[in-house]
Amino acid sequence: MRLMITKIISLNKDKMSIAKEQDVVPFRNRVKEYAIKIKMSLVNQTKLITAASELGRNMLRYANGGKVLIEIVSLGRQHGIRLTFDDQGPGIPDIQLAMNDGYSTGKSLGLGLPGAKRLVNEFEIKSELGVGTKVTITKWANG
Amino acid sequence: MDRIPILRMGQFLLVTIQVDLYDRLALELEADLVKMVSKTGAKGILIDISAVSIVDSFMGRIIGNIGVMSKLLDAETVVVGMQPAVAITLVELGLPLKGVYTALNVEKGMDLLKSKVQIIEDDEIDAANDNEDHLPE
Amino acid sequence: MATEITKILKKRKSVILERWMKNQLTDETLREDLISNEELRAESEELIDILTKSLNETNLTDPDSSDFDHVIEILGGISLSRAKQGFSPRETGLYVMSLKETLLQILQEEVKDPADLIAATLNLSRLIDNFSIITFETFIKGREEVILRQTDEITEISTPVIRVWDGILALPIIGTLDSARTQVVMESLLTEIVESGSSVAILDISGVPTVDSLVAQHLLKTVSATRLMGAECVISGIRPEIAQTIVHLGIDLSDIVTKASLASALSFAFATLKVEVKKVAR
Repeated sequence: MRLMITKIISLNKDKMSIAKEQDVVPFRNRVKEYAIKIKMSLVNQTKLITAASELGRNMLRYANGGKVLIEIVSLGRQHGIRLTFDDQGPGIPDIQLAMNDGYSTGKSLGLGLPGAKRLVNEFEIKSELGVGTKVTITKWANG
Repeated sequence: MDRIPILRMGQFLLVTIQVDLYDRLALELEADLVKMVSKTGAKGILIDISAVSIVDSFMGRIIGNIGVMSKLLDAETVVVGMQPAVAITLVELGLPLKGVYTALNVEKGMDLLKSKVQIIEDDEIDAANDNEDHLPE
Repeated sequence: MATEITKILKKRKSVILERWMKNQLTDETLREDLISNEELRAESEELIDILTKSLNETNLTDPDSSDFDHVIEILGGISLSRAKQGFSPRETGLYVMSLKETLLQILQEEVKDPADLIAATLNLSRLIDNFSIITFETFIKGREEVILRQTDEITEISTPVIRVWDGILALPIIGTLDSARTQVVMESLLTEIVESGSSVAILDISGVPTVDSLVAQHLLKTVSATRLMGAECVISGIRPEIAQTIVHLGIDLSDIVTKASLASALSFAFATLKVEVKKVAR
């Protein structure tokens, strides 16, 4: 109550690594636990976990896995979950292209990145060729 | 290794997905179902996803594939029991689930399958009759 | 510091309260209609009590010290309740500011050395100003809470799902359909579909003032989600001017069933469910 909080602060965090397919399910469960902790509505939970699943799969398929940071964040009065997907894969040559619906270099529907973006409140992607890709998404409890 | 069981009920196949699928499990289900349709000559597949809390684009693609593949083998696919939150998420994701029918629950799904198969059979009988009519004397 | 001002303040606690009360009671903005003098006195006394208790020579210069947590808590409580009671920001602000005036008066009487007086005044001002800011912030927070609660109430009452027949639901939408509203509409409609096992849902948009491409998109999403669940969704209540806008904007609604009135949507629903309604000859 001391000062109006205007920047996002991280309250609670957890790091998980996704190295094989079977890691995705426990990862999704962990995200769900966090979402329940901040009383996120069921629909928003489902959207967040679906987005997390898309990004987790991308990481497995294109970068042979990576790490995810799960955080409870708060901005002023609202709480949310922030997920940071960090991989050391080949990187994305053209992010704009990758964000287009239906674009895919793999044999998928190409909904992963743009779909995940539509499901969350904030979406940020940084990629460097040969270094890796970092995707950060945030979903607010009532957003 | 886990496997999703496929039950046979008359001319239909029944699958209830009770666990959150990881990719390989979903792919195996797709392959098993298509094989099963071909082996049994089933006319319809009913997939109950009421216990599934997440359907992402991969899972959606598998469901769509099952629909299209079984259609090639002359079987209809009905997905039943989708949770509201999953439906809303799929729409937002931009995944329309083409190639499959949907129903609220197993009972309604069965009715739908029966009616679809009925219509097809009627058409075939009609077509057969038509052919008879036009046979040269 | 030569003069220990915290001691002075502690010593003259009762005088401070009396003067502060006098200040408040003579102020023309006093809201006797919202708060009784006794309540005001109790509130003020508690605040001064805690303030003098938490104050010491070291934290006097450090408004962020955790020693003041209790003071801030009380101040927060006061301004929250004031926001909800309908006090204006000015009235709430003056409450803390009149305390500052009183405190400074006391200092002026007690501290003789001008240099000490200035130092003490500055420190005390900074401290109380910090409290004022907190009061304002909590006041605004209190107002925001009121607004949020009302928003929630509006969203809740604005999406009533009606069971019009066994297996048929209707949802009249009144007002603009934005994305937050769409989410609520979808959620309550789909949940009700599952609960009632309905196969047809009618979305009546007679009460929607305009349909632009965004609203149309929201309608389409609701229809798609309903179909994914295995139910059909009909849109009714399309007024002629809305039909015109839809065509002029080039919005394609050909994939969904639309009806002019709720009545014709209902008869479509009957047909879908193979229900026949007829007059009985007596």
